[in-house]
Amino acid sequence: MAVLPLSTGTGAPPRNPAASGDGRTPPPDRSTVRKGRRWRRRLRENLIGHAFLVGAVACFVFFAWFPMVREIVMSFQRTRRGVTRWVGWENYQRIWDDPAFGAAWRNTLLFTLLALVFGFALPYLIAIVLNELRHAQGFLRVVVYLPVILPPAAGLMLFKYLYLPDDSGILNYVLTHLGLPSSQFTQDPTTTVPALVVASTWLNMGSAVLVYLAALQNIPGELYESAEIEGAGLLRRVWHVTIPQTRLVLSLMFLIQVVATMQLFIEPLILAGGNGVQDSATSLVYLMYQHAFLLNDLGGAAALGVMLMLVLLVFSGLYVWLTPKQEEL
Amino acid sequence: MLLRRFRLATGIALVASLGISLAACSKSSDESGKVTITVDCPPLKTYNDGKTLEQWNKDVADFEAANPGVTIKSISVGTQCNNPPDFTARLQAGTQADIFYGYMTDLNQVLDADGAEDITDYVNTDTIPNWNDILDSVKNPFIENGRIYGIGYSAYTMGLVYNKKLFTQAGLDPSKPPATWQEVAAAAKKIADAVPGVAGYSEYSAGNTGGWHFTASLYSRGSSPVSADGTKANVLTPEAKAVLQNLKTMRFTDNSVGTTQLQTWPDLLTAAAAGKVGMYLGAPDSITAIVNNFKGSYADWAIAPMPGDNGPAKGALGGGNGYFFKKGLTPEQIKAGLKWIAYEELTPGKGQFDYASQKAIGLPVGLPQPLIWKPGSAQQKADDELKKANSNLNLDDYALYTGNPVPPVAEPANAQAIYAILDGPMGAVLTDPNADIDALLADAQAKIQKVLDDAK
Repeated sequence: MAVLPLSTGTGAPPRNPAASGDGRTPPPDRSTVRKGRRWRRRLRENLIGHAFLVGAVACFVFFAWFPMVREIVMSFQRTRRGVTRWVGWENYQRIWDDPAFGAAWRNTLLFTLLALVFGFALPYLIAIVLNELRHAQGFLRVVVYLPVILPPAAGLMLFKYLYLPDDSGILNYVLTHLGLPSSQFTQDPTTTVPALVVASTWLNMGSAVLVYLAALQNIPGELYESAEIEGAGLLRRVWHVTIPQTRLVLSLMFLIQVVATMQLFIEPLILAGGNGVQDSATSLVYLMYQHAFLLNDLGGAAALGVMLMLVLLVFSGLYVWLTPKQEEL
Repeated sequence: MLLRRFRLATGIALVASLGISLAACSKSSDESGKVTITVDCPPLKTYNDGKTLEQWNKDVADFEAANPGVTIKSISVGTQCNNPPDFTARLQAGTQADIFYGYMTDLNQVLDADGAEDITDYVNTDTIPNWNDILDSVKNPFIENGRIYGIGYSAYTMGLVYNKKLFTQAGLDPSKPPATWQEVAAAAKKIADAVPGVAGYSEYSAGNTGGWHFTASLYSRGSSPVSADGTKANVLTPEAKAVLQNLKTMRFTDNSVGTTQLQTWPDLLTAAAAGKVGMYLGAPDSITAIVNNFKGSYADWAIAPMPGDNGPAKGALGGGNGYFFKKGLTPEQIKAGLKWIAYEELTPGKGQFDYASQKAIGLPVGLPQPLIWKPGSAQQKADDELKKANSNLNLDDYALYTGNPVPPVAEPANAQAIYAILDGPMGAVLTDPNADIDALLADAQAKIQKVLDDAK
């Protein structure tokens, strides 16, 4: 889709007559006049396009950019009895000193890592298998996508019952009937994060599978035919054709996955009561939520938000850097 | 040219009409004496098949008829009335109703957010005729430095709620419930041993409710998570250690508190309604929640006084709720709001005390709540008589609780922040057989001290 240019002019302001020193109006620069006219003409021509952009820009201004700026400002402020004052780095210091701060980073990074191993690799494998299928592909695609349709809270409530720590939990029922040791799942600090990852992967992988599938189906069939003629088996075809042909989608999905999983929130909230046992489930976003809405500490929450934003900016920057490369393909 | 003029005229007309409409919308009290106020947290439409909401709407209509010129607009915020994060969100966004519901522990954050109007000059026996008969413990949580910011209308003290049916099944006498923590542990073990799949005693440990009950257990043993002057954390005490040790023993030695932990309010009450809980700490109205929200039965439940340590409890956590007045209300709106609260919440025979109507729509009458009148006051006597005349419950089930009152102890300042911290040790001793109680308490002590220091 063509992008409507917002401005094709130079954007240079008209020269200030007083700046010429002798008080006389300088003769108009012909090229500037021409550019100004051209700019106005293009503006007129693209008026409808600009009008369409107003809504989107307004949405970004009010719902994305303004809150971001406000968050940064709030991270240096504290409000008590209706009086807001600047407190320098005090909010950052308080968050840094919060005993749950280290656990929140540890849990979030572990979740991100595990979510990448499972939530990133598994959908790709499923997409490859689905792509290879000759029959029932549509049906299986729907089956894989179904959990995405489920509201996350509802899906996680299902997992809450799956994870019940006694025999009334379905998973423990199966484990004990197979003669395997039962698990406390989200009530055991060692299994909390993996339990959250499994639930999250099940809930979210449908979308990733569809994206990968779309990318796979764009790979020219001739490449596979050539590979087959050369005697390549399934694994070789995947290694030498599929992965190279989808590497850009893979890298973009990787970055999106990192940004999304680092904002872990609803899984610990529903499956582990927010913090889990001794902060075994506390994530950065949950800690932020806790400071803002349970501890009456919006400044601290904003400071933590800025810290997370800076980390995510790096990944988002990489995403922006990679996006034009995809368009080139 | 004509077109341009038409556009100009249309633009001016639009702006003018928009301005007039906005002015009309924002004006909630005018010179003709008409006042409009919004009030949140009416009964849920889904509660009691909508009959309780119908009764509320009838009360609103009756009030408006008795007070010409006053219009009450009820604003439903769903179950968010009892969800602290949603309350905070509304408060910070400034989207609370004119007369907005809050807990007794909310004054601090309401004032920090500059969300409530000082109504001191309007609170008197003209606006609230029964003001002098209301307990100070109900009024004080809404007062700071002598200035009033809200009106309390409901209060509770915690007790031991128990399932009579399970007591009988376990060979225990339902008329003699446990009176000490030691007896609670013994009874819980008997119930858990006798009825498979049942927790003899159940406890919260997430969503701030664990800390709430930790505090209640400390009060019952004569201790508190903060010092008397509210400046020092106070959980490195034998009482705090005893609370945690008792729960740990019940969980891992007696196996009497079930395996599912990290429970919040609905988790525990859902299990209780399903007959899976022998005892828990709660206010009398938690039985109402078990029946109305989770389909339990009144006949199964009774309430006893808070257990103590080797004797009667030294204190019972008391809490409750009230209505704040949004910052910026006009004097007329404040007066109208006070009159509405006086009518709906603070008059025997009306609103929350209209037991005849409540009985008619199937609500329980006879529960020992809300406890807001001064003992011996005219209002308390009137309330008792009305309650007895309309009771549809077996009052014997609450006789031990009402007949042996435990001194109420108010929740600490910054209660929600302290509760959030105390969830941690509660969750740990209920899930980890190797939980180090001393280390847990040392950690909680440091965190609470930080909250107290930050609040200065």
